[in-house]
Amino acid sequence: MAQTNEQQSNETVKQTESKQTVYNVQNLNLWYGEDQALYDVNMKIGENDVTAIIGPSGCGKSTFIKTLNRMVEMVPVVRTSGEISYRGDNIFDRSYAVEDLRTKVGMVFQQPNPFPKSIYENIVYGPRIHGIKDKKTLDAIVEKSLKGAALWDEVKDRLDQNAFGLSGGQQQRVCIARCLAIEPDVILMDEPTSALDPISTAKIEELVQQLKENYSIIIVTHNMQQAARISDNTAFFLNGELVEYNDTNTLFSTPGDKRTEDYITGRFG
Amino acid sequence: MALRGQFHDELDRLKFRIKKLAVSSVDAFDQSITALYEHDVEKAKQIINDDSKIDKEELEINESAILLIAKQQPVATDLRRLIVAIKASSDLERMADHATNIAKSTIHLGENHDVEIHPKLKEMASVAKEMVEIATKAFEQENVSLARKLAEMDDQIDEMYGQVTKEMLEMTANNPQKIQHIMQMAFVGRYIERFADHITNIGENIFYIVKGETFDLND
Repeated sequence: MAQTNEQQSNETVKQTESKQTVYNVQNLNLWYGEDQALYDVNMKIGENDVTAIIGPSGCGKSTFIKTLNRMVEMVPVVRTSGEISYRGDNIFDRSYAVEDLRTKVGMVFQQPNPFPKSIYENIVYGPRIHGIKDKKTLDAIVEKSLKGAALWDEVKDRLDQNAFGLSGGQQQRVCIARCLAIEPDVILMDEPTSALDPISTAKIEELVQQLKENYSIIIVTHNMQQAARISDNTAFFLNGELVEYNDTNTLFSTPGDKRTEDYITGRFG
Repeated sequence: MALRGQFHDELDRLKFRIKKLAVSSVDAFDQSITALYEHDVEKAKQIINDDSKIDKEELEINESAILLIAKQQPVATDLRRLIVAIKASSDLERMADHATNIAKSTIHLGENHDVEIHPKLKEMASVAKEMVEIATKAFEQENVSLARKLAEMDDQIDEMYGQVTKEMLEMTANNPQKIQHIMQMAFVGRYIERFADHITNIGENIFYIVKGETFDLND
């Protein structure tokens, strides 16, 4: 009987651990043809955390984030080794359905890329593909997603207007709302503010802080101050290697590796 | 070429100004001790007069450091260097204030007093001056071993200060008519001791630059 209790308690611990870890990356290597872009990356990404990925151009940070939803496989010559488990399952397993992964893991890109459709249609695009047809349900999704992306008040009276008519910052928030509409678990953001003005950038940063209540966010950024402002943990990549992964306060105040210190203080980059 | 060259040039300039401020403060201190032993009231007045230059330099260093933080948004060691620039310049300014306080005691004692200035005060001042030299070197090299040495020297000064106070107390008992003068000397002992505490603070700040942690060298 005692043993059973112990087993149960062990399982509880396991469940808690797996609940807290969204991604567990183990010995990840990646090649574009003959060129190796990632070297033996090991990293655990926590639930409801904002994880920032920083590093100079060509360090592999975008490659890494695109590996998390297997988007990187769209490049034909890509080869990987190692494992990425998402919520306990290896996403590289043959049996793993990539569509399921991308439903759970949304992505926002550097350039806002709304569809050339109305704001409303942009948001309901994903839910419609998933078979939702009921108008009331779709209306509710649009309102919830736009509110979630802090855009509702600005566009609620012109949902039928083309999303291209919005400002860059608003378009980016439409893309975030479109991502929220399919109720993902994780949001990947690849330099989401690099094409935006400071006010729009501040809005997105504030939004990220709100979104982390319900989502786990992984953000690639060139702006180190942004990483310092909004993330809980920061990973520094250099030449395809994960040099340092630490809580953001430590990484930006007392980094453990000389290369991290040199990069964040602008001695190279 | 290293990136952010302009930022690092400005950091170097700031560092140079702090070293210069240290020279000015220790110079004022040195002069104040000489004036004390030579009963030189004129020199003491000059020290008080010149203190405003040191105050001004401290403010200018602070402004430069704040401007650099605002414009360059440094992090990690670079940020700590600027925070320390602000703190160290404030310590150096306070040190110069203690030189002024000693000068005020000299004026208070006057030119014609017949109280022998306790020789231990000169000894304390000499250790304090050596501490400034070490602190400057430690600051320049960001050398924590040197900075640690300051704690030991500060203990020496505290011990000497203890002896001086004890002897002054006995003197007041035996020479009640000279109590005003003896008290001035006890004050000077206290000013030197405080002067040394500020140097020790600079030593702590060097730990902070290098390790990112706070150490209490005054304990």
